[in-house]
Amino acid sequence: MIPTAFDYSRPTGVDEAVHALTDGGEDAKVLAGGQSLIPMLRLRFAAPSMLVDLGSVDEMRGVRDDGDALVIGAMTTHAEVLDDPLIRAQAPLIAQATATVADRQVRHMGTFGGSLAHADPAGDMPSVATALDATFEIAGPSGRRSVPASEFFVDYLTSALEPDEILVSVRVPKLAGWGTHYEKFNRVAQAWALVGVAVAIRRSNGTIDEARVALTNMSSTPVRAHGVEEALVGAPATDESMAAAGQHAAEGTEPTSDVSASADYRTHLATVLTRRALGTAAGI
Amino acid sequence: MTVTEDRSGAEVGRERLRKEDARLITGRTMWTENISLPGMLHLGILRSPMAHARITHVDVGPALEMSGVVEAFSGRDIADMQGAMPCVWPVTEDTVLPDYPPLAVDEVRHTGEPVAVVAARDHATAMDALEAIEIDYEPLPVVLDMEEALADGAPLVHADTGTNKCYTWVLDSAEAGTGDDVAQAEADAEIVINRRYIQQRLIPAFMEPRSVVVDPTGEQITMWSATQVPHILRLLLAMSTGVPEQKIRVIAPDVGGGFGGKLQVTPEEFIAFAAARRFGRPVKYVESRSETMLSGHHGRDQIQDVTLCARRDGTVTGISVKLLANMGAYLGIITPGIPILGAFMYGGIYKFPAYRFECSGVFTNTTKTDAYRGAGRPEATFALERAMDDLADELGMDAMEVRRRSWINHDEFPYTTSAGLTYDSGNYEAATEKAMELFGYNELRREQASRRESGDPVQLGIGISTYTEMCGLAPSRILGQLRYGAGGWETASVRMLPTGKVEVITGTSPHGQGHETAWSQIAADRLGVPFDDVEVLHGDTRTSHKGLDTYGSRSLAVGGIALVNACQKVVDKAKPIAAHLLECDPADLEFVDGQYRVKGTPGAGKTLADCALAVFTSHDMPDGVESSLDADATFDPENFSYPHGTHLCATEVDTETGRVTIRSYVAVDDVGRVVNPMIVEGQVHGGVAQGIAQALFEEAVYDADGNLLTGTFVDYTIPSSADLPDIVTDRTETPAPGHPLGSKGVGEAGTIASTPAVVNSVVDALRHLGVSDVRMPCTPERVWQAIRSAQDGAQEGGARL
Amino acid sequence: MTHISMTVDGVRYDDDVEPRTLLVHHLRDKLGKIGTVVGCDTSNCGACTVLMGGNSVKSCTVLAVQASGMDITTVEGLAGRDGEMHPVQQAFHETHALQCGYCTPGMIMSAVDLLAENPDPTDAEIRDGLEGNLCRCTGYQNIVKAVREAGETMRTARHATPETASAHATRDEVTT
Repeated sequence: MIPTAFDYSRPTGVDEAVHALTDGGEDAKVLAGGQSLIPMLRLRFAAPSMLVDLGSVDEMRGVRDDGDALVIGAMTTHAEVLDDPLIRAQAPLIAQATATVADRQVRHMGTFGGSLAHADPAGDMPSVATALDATFEIAGPSGRRSVPASEFFVDYLTSALEPDEILVSVRVPKLAGWGTHYEKFNRVAQAWALVGVAVAIRRSNGTIDEARVALTNMSSTPVRAHGVEEALVGAPATDESMAAAGQHAAEGTEPTSDVSASADYRTHLATVLTRRALGTAAGI
Repeated sequence: MTVTEDRSGAEVGRERLRKEDARLITGRTMWTENISLPGMLHLGILRSPMAHARITHVDVGPALEMSGVVEAFSGRDIADMQGAMPCVWPVTEDTVLPDYPPLAVDEVRHTGEPVAVVAARDHATAMDALEAIEIDYEPLPVVLDMEEALADGAPLVHADTGTNKCYTWVLDSAEAGTGDDVAQAEADAEIVINRRYIQQRLIPAFMEPRSVVVDPTGEQITMWSATQVPHILRLLLAMSTGVPEQKIRVIAPDVGGGFGGKLQVTPEEFIAFAAARRFGRPVKYVESRSETMLSGHHGRDQIQDVTLCARRDGTVTGISVKLLANMGAYLGIITPGIPILGAFMYGGIYKFPAYRFECSGVFTNTTKTDAYRGAGRPEATFALERAMDDLADELGMDAMEVRRRSWINHDEFPYTTSAGLTYDSGNYEAATEKAMELFGYNELRREQASRRESGDPVQLGIGISTYTEMCGLAPSRILGQLRYGAGGWETASVRMLPTGKVEVITGTSPHGQGHETAWSQIAADRLGVPFDDVEVLHGDTRTSHKGLDTYGSRSLAVGGIALVNACQKVVDKAKPIAAHLLECDPADLEFVDGQYRVKGTPGAGKTLADCALAVFTSHDMPDGVESSLDADATFDPENFSYPHGTHLCATEVDTETGRVTIRSYVAVDDVGRVVNPMIVEGQVHGGVAQGIAQALFEEAVYDADGNLLTGTFVDYTIPSSADLPDIVTDRTETPAPGHPLGSKGVGEAGTIASTPAVVNSVVDALRHLGVSDVRMPCTPERVWQAIRSAQDGAQEGGARL
Repeated sequence: MTHISMTVDGVRYDDDVEPRTLLVHHLRDKLGKIGTVVGCDTSNCGACTVLMGGNSVKSCTVLAVQASGMDITTVEGLAGRDGEMHPVQQAFHETHALQCGYCTPGMIMSAVDLLAENPDPTDAEIRDGLEGNLCRCTGYQNIVKAVREAGETMRTARHATPETASAHATRDEVTT
C-alpha cells in the first residue's frame, strides 16, 4: 500500500517548523519519526496534505540535566533514550518502559515525543509520563506554553496540542531513591499492551511515603490510579498492602472491549498487574 | 525400530547445505514482485467493503480521467472473457457448485471480493485511481455462523442455489464393510465421551504476499505467479477461459512460502490474465498484506462433534464424528475436499473397530476456506487427541496409558483401519518411548503434583499428542473414488548433458522446502555424479511440462520416486553404450559408484559422463541404440504413506492472568527414511511453530457485519521468535515399505501433531480446577475465563450440595 | 518532487522523488535494490529491514525523503567485494536458518544490527532482539542458532590476527 500524495517540509528549527505547520493549513501534520503515522498513511486511514518532518530540528533531540528534572527532546528516538546515561540513572522507569516499545527497528526511528503526541492510550510512553507527572513544553504560533501530563492527554489519539502546535520537549522529575516498574501485558511480543501499569514508589523504613501509578489502555487516555496511590500512602511495604491497593486499580477506568480483549478481562488484568508492578517497584 | 537394508549411498542421508541459499541470503532472488517488463501496466483491484450486497452501479470513468491511468473495468465489462473460478473437488454427486466470477458482476458475497480494476503507469497511480471509482451497493442480509446458515429461513449466500448447504459426505464403517456399526458400539459402550471442539479460522500468512505478472506479447501468454501449483494453474486457466493450453506458459519463480495458502488458482490471477489479454500489454498485480489477509483463502473453521465409545479399561470401541465445515462464500479449487482429507484420520494411530464420519459443508458470507498446512488432518488429529485426553480423565487413567490400550502395535502392520486405509508401517511404541525419555515425563508429573499441592499460581500441564497422517498425495485411483478432478502421480525427467552434468526436471514446485538440494542428493547417488553437477529445474511449464506440484507432503514421497525411476532409466539406457565403449556384453556390466564395470573386474570402467559424451557425438553408437540418455518417469503411488510420531508439551499456566508459556516441547517423528536430516528437522521446527500458533495465538475474526477484524498483522498475531520456545526434535526411522527411498513425507507432521499437544497441556494444567476445555486459540483471556467459569460452576455446585 | 541524496551499499544516488515514496519502494523501484522486500503494510514483519546510519529500520515505514543524506546498507551490501559472505549470511546458510527465504534479508539485517550492539547475546536476548521480524517457515530455532554462531565467529575474528580473521568466511561449504 502507498500513501496518498502530500507535500513535505523539513525545517531545521522549532520556529521554522511552527511556521511550516501553520502555512500547511489544517490538514498539515507533524512527522516525528513516523512509526505510527506511516502505517496509517499506507492503509490510507490518514491523508494529510502536508507533512512537516521534525527530523532535522537538532534542538529537539537529546536529554539534558536541568536541576531536579530531566528535559527530553521530543525528537529523541526511543533507542537514544534507552542509551542515555542520564535516563538510565535518573529515570529508570522510562528506560525500562522504552525497552518494551515495539521492536528494535521501530525504536531506532520512533521518537519519545512522537509516541506522546500520538496520544494512543495503548502506547507505553503516555502512561509512564502520566505516572511521572511530566510537563509538556509546547511551541505554537503564539509562543511557548507548558502543559502538565494530567491535561495533555485529552481523548483517544487526541492531545492538548493544537493543529499548529509542536511538542518540543518533555520535562520529567528525577526520582532519586524511588522504586519504579513498568508491567506490560501483551498477547505477542510485538503487540500493543492489553494493559500496562507504570509505578513509582518512595518508601522509608518499610513504609510507603508516596506512590504514583498510571495505567496503559484502561481508558481513552492514560489514567492515574488514584485509588491505588491513596491506599498505599502510609501503608507498610508488604505483599498484603500491595494486593489490597491493587484492588483499586480499575476504579474509574473505562476500558474498551475489542478483538484483543474484553473490558472485563482488562479490568481483571489491571488489578493483578498493578499488584505485581507495585511489588517489583517496592522490591518485595 | 523397524530396519531394512540400507540402500542409500553417499548423498542420501547427509546434511547437505542448501543450494537455494546463496541467492536467498544475498538478495538476488527472483520473486514475482521483482519482475518488471517493458510497457508493463500496474493493476489495482477495488474490493468490496460489504459482506453481501448487490452491485447497483459502477462507473470507472472518473478513474480513467486521472493522469497516468491507462485502463479501468468492472466485472460486467469482462464478463464474457474472464472465465469462472474452478472447483475441482465436488465431493458428492450433488455438491452445490455456485457461480464464482473472478471479478464480481452483480453481487458480492464477502468483504474483499474484487469488484473493479484499474491499470496505470505505476503502482501509486493505480492506488489513487481506485479511490476515484464510483460504485453503489444495495446491502443484502449477511450470514456468518454455520449453524445459523443451515437454519430454516436463513439468508442465502447464493440465492439461486436455494440452500447454504454445499454437501453432506458420509463414511460409515458398517456400510462400507470396513468395520463395526457405531450405533451398536455406542449402545454397548461402558463409557461414552461427547465433545464439541471448535477449529477456529486461520490465515495461512505465508511471508511473501501473492503477486502475478502476465505477458501476453509472446507466442505463449506467460504468467509468473507466486503459486505452489504452476501446472494446475495453467490447466485451469486454459479450461476456464478457453485459451488453448499450449498457448499458456506459467512460471512459479522463487516463491516465498505457501503452507497450502498458495495451493489455489486465484481471482487475482484470472483478473490479471484477462487484463493482459484485453490490453495486449504486460500487467503486474502485487497484493498488499491486508489484501492477502482479506481475500487469500483461509483455513480450518470447523465445528467438530465427537463421540468416543469405550470400555472401562480404556479400550476404545468406536468413534463418531459430525462436522460442520465452513466453505466461505465460494469454493476454491479443493475447498469441499479439505475436511474429507481429515475423514480418514479420526482413527489416528488406533484400532477403533467402529467409525462413522459425517461432514456438511456450509456457505457463509466469509472468505473461502481451502488448504492450510495439514488440510483436514490437523483438525482430525486435534479432535481425536483431545477426546483421548478427556477419556483418560473420565476414567482416571494416565493419558498415555489410554493411548497404549488402543494403538496399533508395531508387529500389526500393515494394518487396515475402520476408515478403510491400510497403514503401511510404523512403530508407535518406539517413538513414544523416545519422546517420554527426552521429555522427562515422570519428573514433570511429580512437579505438577507438587505445584497443585502448594496451590502455586503458576500451574504445570503436560500435553500428549500421538499422531499419524496420510501423506504422499495421492494414489490416483483413490482420488478418483473420492471424485477429485485429477490424478495424484508425479513426474521427473533427467537430462544428461554432453559434459556429463545433469539437469533434473521435476513436476513438483518447491517454495522453501529445499528440493533443489534434496533432488540433487538423490540424483547424485543414483547416477553416480557429484552433487554439484546436478541442477534441479522446476516451476516453469516450458521446462517442466508436466507435474502436479507441491502440497500434501507429496513431493518426496511421490516425486522423489519418479526421480529415482527416471535415474534408473538413464542408467539402463547408458548400459549398451558403456558396453560398446568397453567392448563387452551389456549383460556382463554392473553399475557401481557411478561406473559401468565388467562384473568382478576392478579397474577403469566407463562413467555416465563418458556415455553422455559418446551419445552427444554419436560417432560410434552401437546399432539400434537411440542417441539420447535422457529419460522421463511418472510415478503413481499405490497407497498413501503414513508418517507418525509422539509430541509432548509442558506448559506453565499463570492462573492469575491466564498466560500460557511453553516450558518444554519434544517432537519425535518417524517420517521414514530421510534424505536430508537438516531439512527434515527444519520442517518439523516450522510445522510445530504453526501448530503452536493455532493453539495459542491465531484466529481470524469477523464482526457481525462480516468485516474481517484481524486483517493485518497487528490483529492477526502470528508469533515472533520472542513468543516461541526451542523444541527438542528426534526421530525414529521406519522406512516406507516398497518405496525405493523409504521416505514418508514431513511437510505437515509438525503442524498436525503440535496443536493438540499444546491444548492438552493447557487443559491438563487446569483440570484440577475444574477446567475441561479451553477454546483455541488459548489466549490469556480465554484461559482466565475458563478458570473463572470453572470456579463459578464449582461454587454453584457447592451451593446445590 | 523532493530532491534526495543517499548512499546505498556504498554507491551515492541523487533523485527527485514524490514525498510519499516509501524508502523500500525507492530502493526497489528506482535503485534496483530488489533484495529488500515488502511483507506487510503495518510495520510488523520486518522483511524490509535495512540499516540506516548503522541502525536497523523498517524501510516500509520510512519515507525516502526521511532517508535523504543517510548511509543505507541493504542485504545486497553485506558481502565483501569479492563475494565473501558476511558472517551472519554464512551462519544463516550453515545452520539452515532459512527455508522460503522471504523474511531472510530483513532477518539478516536485524541480526547484524543486534550483534553490533550486543556481540555476545544469550538465546533469550536473540529472541527478544528479533521480535520485529516475522518468519513463517523455520519456527525461528535455527535463526537463533545462526545469530549465536555468527556472534561467535565475529568475536573470534575480532580477536584474531588479520590473516585468521577472514578464515571464517572462506570456510569450505562441505558439511558433516
